[in-house]
Amino acid sequence: MLLLVQYTLIFASVLLLVALGGCYSEHSGVINLGLEGIMVIGALGGALMMRYLPGSMPGFFMVLLTLLGAILFGVAYSALLAVACINFKADQTIVGTALNILGTALATVLVKAMNMSVSQDDVSSTIQYVEQKKNFIMYFGSFEFNWFMVITVIVLIIAYVVLYKTKFGLRMMACGEHPQAAASVGINVYKMRWAGVLISGVFGALGGISYILAGVSEWKFENGVAGFGFLALAVMIFGQWKPLRIALAALLFGLFRALSNVYIGIDFLAALNIPSTVYNMMPYIISLLVLAFTSRTSKAPKAEGIPYDPGQR
Amino acid sequence: MKKNLLKSEGIQTFLASLVCIFLGLFIGFIVLLFINPAGAFEAISAVIKNFFNYSRANLQLKNFGNTLVKTAPLLMCALSVLFCYKVGLFNIGAAGQYVVGSCISIYAALSWGMPWWACLLLAVLVGAVYGAIVGFLKSYCNVNEVISGIMLNWIGLYTTNMILNAVKDGASPYTLHLKDYAPQALLPTLGLDKLFAGNTYVSLAIPLVIVIAILLKVILDKTRFGYELKATGFNKHAAKYSGMAERRNIILTLAIGGALAALGGGLLYLTDYEQWACTQSSVPGMGFNGIAAAFLGGLNPVGTIFASYFIQHITSGGAYVDKTLYSAQISDLISALIIYLCGFVGFMKLAMKKRLVKREEKKGESK
Repeated sequence: MLLLVQYTLIFASVLLLVALGGCYSEHSGVINLGLEGIMVIGALGGALMMRYLPGSMPGFFMVLLTLLGAILFGVAYSALLAVACINFKADQTIVGTALNILGTALATVLVKAMNMSVSQDDVSSTIQYVEQKKNFIMYFGSFEFNWFMVITVIVLIIAYVVLYKTKFGLRMMACGEHPQAAASVGINVYKMRWAGVLISGVFGALGGISYILAGVSEWKFENGVAGFGFLALAVMIFGQWKPLRIALAALLFGLFRALSNVYIGIDFLAALNIPSTVYNMMPYIISLLVLAFTSRTSKAPKAEGIPYDPGQR
Repeated sequence: MKKNLLKSEGIQTFLASLVCIFLGLFIGFIVLLFINPAGAFEAISAVIKNFFNYSRANLQLKNFGNTLVKTAPLLMCALSVLFCYKVGLFNIGAAGQYVVGSCISIYAALSWGMPWWACLLLAVLVGAVYGAIVGFLKSYCNVNEVISGIMLNWIGLYTTNMILNAVKDGASPYTLHLKDYAPQALLPTLGLDKLFAGNTYVSLAIPLVIVIAILLKVILDKTRFGYELKATGFNKHAAKYSGMAERRNIILTLAIGGALAALGGGLLYLTDYEQWACTQSSVPGMGFNGIAAAFLGGLNPVGTIFASYFIQHITSGGAYVDKTLYSAQISDLISALIIYLCGFVGFMKLAMKKRLVKREEKKGESK
């Protein structure tokens, strides 16, 4: 049971981080379907840091630099979405999809090249970080406490305060509701949307690096992040674009995701003899059902997905 | 005369697509340079050459056939994406619809011993239902079709792995060869194999997909049904106001889209060119490459035929890069880049139009 709680918390953290990213981007008026790709590239940034930093480095700095590496990669990658969708008015769905496919392909090509440069026979797209991972984890008895749980709570509080209690957050939300009205009172819509997308890059990347550190100590980049970016979007919609509700939604989805990892350890679930594939499908089925029941009264930002046109009234 | 040519919408789309291809290849080349400058030029030309990497003519012809075999399903996925996009829907679920189409046609062939046409028919039916789920969720529950599509992709993949586990080959993860266990389900070659140096994978699929592409063009441009669908795509509310059943149209569109992509799955696996790996842990790239082909083809069914061939050409070409230096995924990288660049097509066309207008104004002044 403890294991279930542990996995629920860590997967909920991942989903919450990424969903908050989506929340910021959408409140500024840009639908970020590229979160999945941003997660992959962010995870790549963090994994590269862990691989190339000297092992003798103190744990705290290792954690800090890994996070920094992830954020740097994620922000740079999300800039690709921002420049296409905000400045060039590209279709946000196409660009987001392209970034998802590009993220996995780019990470695979780069990691394979790196592995091959070390040894000719190593054509895998896997990065290992067994030792480095220990810096992210503390044990309370048998409970494996992951630093990302703390980071997530801090991020959640900051995200909430910035969005609702600061001038910046309220202005940004105005750009997602009615950009022309926002512009008429002197808000720079382009800047605000850029800020929204780049923030989603930060959160998405943090989600990515925490995902590849959840439960495993190596990552095969060929597999991407298995639709997690989209699950996070489902969490965001279920949370009605509000950070605190998103947190609750993330806990629910995290629970179902965790079940597929630990159901064997839970006696009555193991006794049901349901094939493991069913548990693997569970998060996706649940999110479909949840979306079907909650999307009709959608509280989505009004202007999301529509390129900003200053001439329109 | 030349000016008029540049003004035409079709030529502008064609030029924009060429720019996307060129830039995509160029950025791919830069990534190769970054990895290892010594072999980069050779690698990118290997990707572009594809079957021309062979020196003997009949090997070239045989591998040209193989590329075509995989172009057929890709074109179907691309048409699925294109058809839905015309109605304002982004069918990213094509990947999953392709998967369930593959699943049912393989299973029907091996387990129920059905002939090829029955397998294809089943694939079309199952795909249509699978696509209609997305349409239903979209029109009655307001669920974003991209998110429900992705969810169904994963559900489809896991279900397929589970179902096809029953017809797989002993210890290997692959399904049984149709050639040995279900020859009745192999697509007829119609003598096309002789054109491609005895490549028996070349079948009915290739002429069939071209016919379907042209048929779609006719439906979209020349029939009332196509007009209604496009009107729904331009403005859902206006379409409803003028008496079109917009909900029914959305569901119908995604059902057709699903049927197209699923048929693609059947058309690949019933040639026995590939077997399904039941341990597959990611959704096959076919549906996603279909997105690239649809946009690269300027969202025109005929243009998409050529775009699909091009995308498959470089995807197959990826197999010929020097594997001690680079990986075959470089082609996936290039097609992803092409999708990204297609996002800029609208901007490119606008820039072209502005330049033309400016030039004309200048001419007017000098006169």
